[in-house]
Amino acid sequence: MTLPIAERADRFQGYRSPAKEVLERFGIGVWSEVEVTNDQGSTFTGVILPRSETADPLHVVLKMTNGYNVGIAADRITAAREVGYKRAVYKIPEKEFPVDPALKRVTLLGTGGTIASRLDYRTGAVIPAFTPGELYGAVPELADIANLTTKKLFGVFSENMGPEQYIALAKAIGDEIASGVDGIVIGHGTDTMAHTGAILSFMVQDSPVPIVIVGSQRSSDRPSSDAALNLINSVRAAAECDIAEVMLCMFGPTSDKYDLLHRGTRCRKMHSSYRSTFRTIGATPLAMVHPQRNAAGSYFTYLSDDISRRDPTRVPRITPVFNERVTIQYYYPNFQPDVIDALVDAGYRGIVIAGTGLGHVNKPLYPALKRAVARGVTVVMTVQTLWGYAQMYVYDTGRDLLDLGVIPLDNMLPETAFMKLSWVLAQTEDASVIREMMCTPVNHETTPREPHNGYLILQGGLPEVEKFITGHLK
Amino acid sequence: MIQPLDYESVGFISGLEVHQLLHTREKLFCRCPAGIYTTTHDGEVLRHMRPTLSELGEYDGTALMEFKTKKEIVYLLNQRNVCTYEMDDTPPFLVNQEAIDITIQLCLMMHMDVIDEVHIARKQYLDGSIPTGFQRTAIIGVNGWLPFRGRRLTVTHVSVEEDSSREVRSKGHTIWFRTDRLGMPLSETVTGAELRTPDEVRDAILLCGLVARSTRRVRVGIGAAREDVNVSVRGGDRVEIKGVPRAAYAVKLSHNEALRQLNLLAIRDELHRRGIRGAADVRAESHDVSDQLAGVEWGFARRALESGGRVFAVRVAGVRGLAQHATQPDLTFLDELAGRIRIIACLDDLPNVLSLAALPDFAGRVEMVGRLRKRVQPGEQDDVFLVAGPEEDCRTAAEEIRLRFVDATAGVPRETRKALPGGLTTFERVLPGPDRMYPDTDSPPSRVTADRVAALRSQLRPGPWERLARYGGWGVPEETSRFLIRRGGADVLDEVVARTGVDGRTAAIMLGQRARALHRAGVPVGRLGTAEWVQVFDLHTDGRLPRECIAAVAAHMSRHPGLAAAAAAAALGISPVTPEQWLSTLEDLRAGDFPAGRRPADPEARARYHTGVAVRHLRGRAPAKDVALTLRERLAPQSKETVR
Repeated sequence: MTLPIAERADRFQGYRSPAKEVLERFGIGVWSEVEVTNDQGSTFTGVILPRSETADPLHVVLKMTNGYNVGIAADRITAAREVGYKRAVYKIPEKEFPVDPALKRVTLLGTGGTIASRLDYRTGAVIPAFTPGELYGAVPELADIANLTTKKLFGVFSENMGPEQYIALAKAIGDEIASGVDGIVIGHGTDTMAHTGAILSFMVQDSPVPIVIVGSQRSSDRPSSDAALNLINSVRAAAECDIAEVMLCMFGPTSDKYDLLHRGTRCRKMHSSYRSTFRTIGATPLAMVHPQRNAAGSYFTYLSDDISRRDPTRVPRITPVFNERVTIQYYYPNFQPDVIDALVDAGYRGIVIAGTGLGHVNKPLYPALKRAVARGVTVVMTVQTLWGYAQMYVYDTGRDLLDLGVIPLDNMLPETAFMKLSWVLAQTEDASVIREMMCTPVNHETTPREPHNGYLILQGGLPEVEKFITGHLK
Repeated sequence: MIQPLDYESVGFISGLEVHQLLHTREKLFCRCPAGIYTTTHDGEVLRHMRPTLSELGEYDGTALMEFKTKKEIVYLLNQRNVCTYEMDDTPPFLVNQEAIDITIQLCLMMHMDVIDEVHIARKQYLDGSIPTGFQRTAIIGVNGWLPFRGRRLTVTHVSVEEDSSREVRSKGHTIWFRTDRLGMPLSETVTGAELRTPDEVRDAILLCGLVARSTRRVRVGIGAAREDVNVSVRGGDRVEIKGVPRAAYAVKLSHNEALRQLNLLAIRDELHRRGIRGAADVRAESHDVSDQLAGVEWGFARRALESGGRVFAVRVAGVRGLAQHATQPDLTFLDELAGRIRIIACLDDLPNVLSLAALPDFAGRVEMVGRLRKRVQPGEQDDVFLVAGPEEDCRTAAEEIRLRFVDATAGVPRETRKALPGGLTTFERVLPGPDRMYPDTDSPPSRVTADRVAALRSQLRPGPWERLARYGGWGVPEETSRFLIRRGGADVLDEVVARTGVDGRTAAIMLGQRARALHRAGVPVGRLGTAEWVQVFDLHTDGRLPRECIAAVAAHMSRHPGLAAAAAAAALGISPVTPEQWLSTLEDLRAGDFPAGRRPADPEARARYHTGVAVRHLRGRAPAKDVALTLRERLAPQSKETVR
């Protein structure tokens, strides 16, 4: 469809002068199919693409007919002629998601991550597939696993998730459980997936069905993406697995082998880009999810007995509250007390410290912490080593901190502690209740004991480790 | 053997995609060291490739076909040459600017227009050769040309791209790739489809190789340069022959491809004559005939059945005899079916498909054929194809047989074919369209300023045509010139000629022939750099080193690293004397006579003998050429006398 050039609202999308001026001069714009000639007599045929806002104003970007993109210096363009106009209209065709009465009902709640998507071949942009019909078009295997319903709650990147979204999610989960679904999947960006796993573990307790958070480390527009397998496995876990907890479902190894179900309170993103980035810390994952049935005929290999089992009769307790005046402070040598003072003065009610070693900070901080506690601020201690316990009675330093009123949180992960304190402080101001709630685990955010296989970071280079690695798919 | 073919009348056209590894320190998108190849691994990753939805929400045909194969792809990793980038577990780092610079120089040598702002694109490959499922690539130059056989061969564009993995093994649904080469920077030079004979294809490959070598910034050795040759004939379509390892092999390969296309067109015409003109006319039905073959002593069926597989008979209506139609020398249309089945249905035990019209002989064949005919009920004009293997793969194979006949009704399918020994090719994959390209959102564009291009142009070495013409003018044989350009001797040659004033031909012969011979004889002459050669030729043009002693001095220097040319000459007793001195020596020599009874009757032979003695005697002290000339002059009157 050719639109008169004056009516094209996005004609200069992203272009600034002098490039914009060149587009104007030759009567062309974004999505124009053009023949462009430069001062060396080279002719480029293709479609003019939008320009990134952050790019320089000196070049015009063309997608050539051979599929390559090139940037042509605007001041070298000697002639340009529009031969057509092809505005991108992107819509994923809906294919009706088949319903099989024999299959379980699963609801997919969308928060904004793109688990399944389609690619805009011209700009490289990823268009999310979200409705059941779209998902069915992208990952048809889903239809064999469950009857899927989708609800888009909001469209935000993982790093923009916050209290508003957590509360909305918790409520939506409550509604879905009330409607009798067999399981819930939450599509989520991976950066703060573990944070969401933690807060939902507190906001939604005693769930009768699995609540599975899923995302992907390689976007779904890539042939080697982990998205499809993660989605398949998470829907399968929601529909059929026996663990009725808030869990993350992501790759176990980086190979396309199986996913792991991690408990929402006990896991962490441990690599900025690996597929197998999520690890359970200080414990083992709950289960493996296989794309095919294992030798025992199940899609699941359970790794823990200490789980809350699926029970449709159980009534969930939804407490969707959040106090935003809570912070994490990552301790470092020479941390200055005025940081703590400033936080207290700014009205913060809770401070999670990720301390060194067994849970320590330096002495100059003591008066500031004392003032904070005196002002009613809850100060809790976690460890920046991630593995291991805050054991503040071992050294004098720790004992001094305990005397100041700092609450040690055992082996609770710093991010989990942040979420829990935000949730607790939204419910009470009473110091003893706060202490009681923080120290009583809701769902394994602290554990009484650490098994020896709860801490495993294999050290590459060691002969025995290399032997193990070469014998296994990474 | 090549059967004669009139390339002009069949409308043969061909174009090249020449791939050349660049000589950089690091790989293209990560900081792994470039050029470290290994044959062992210390880690493995397993991946699958899934097609992504295309612009219209459909799966691309190629993509879907490759997905149908459902391959388990295993990548073999070695910590020495791959990091988490190659594994697709880390996004790309910024593109290696050294590789861009080298590619720009290659472009400038080919008279190209350098792109102002380089954009990285992704080119999808679902065959597993790249763990991401796409190759990162970018156009660096467009609109160039090469002087070729008195005309200009268009160079459409040159891109820089990351190299793929090397297939180690493929068995059933699993394929193994070694990743050492993955991510190495590679230039791709694409010529216009302007080559008109297989000989031209070969020569154009050689020329592209010389151009790349002329930059002195590319890698050499096995696999450093690889060509894809696109061939079509009139009425046919573009077929890409991938991975042609040597220019000379391209002649037979492109000839045989032309032949194959002509045969496919003949098959098309025959299908049309039989009323089979398109997909709707191709009627195929498959039958599971495993029960008919149970217990039959026939390896083809037995192997499949014993391992729990099935045997399918696929009846295709109206195609009798066509499977036996020749395509390439010694190959038939049945091989076209076999190629597709091998790749797409993963039935890789050959033969993987048989035609009932031409079954091999085995005990009980006649009976079995009778049973099968009764079961499948083929008509007079029908053929029945047998495939054996896992049930799902048999189903895929049956569908591929149908699809290949559908393609046959149109003539030549666009596909990528792999070069095999013997000048033949086999199906590798369907040729993907431009839709498989899309921008790499992980990489920002890189600006190429005019200043940068100018700086690179100022460092540019001469193009091969310029040197070939110059050296030709000196009287250097073309083969020697090409050798010097190819192997880097041309740089030394130009330098010594400029700095010592040596006669170009003398230096070219020394560097391009004598040094090569010394190298073959085991003399480490490669140790000598430009500075050493300048010393040698300096000595020569100073009159202190006769031409025939240059090689000896060079050899001595290469055996004694650090030794100066003058010292080497002295060590060999080379010390030129004045003409007066050597002339008097000549007189003395002439006084001596032949040993008793050995005096040749022929005066010419006597003259040669005298010259030989004199040259040997004066070696290192007088120029052999002058000695010989002097002797010839002096001996001439005498020999005339003797004749008289």
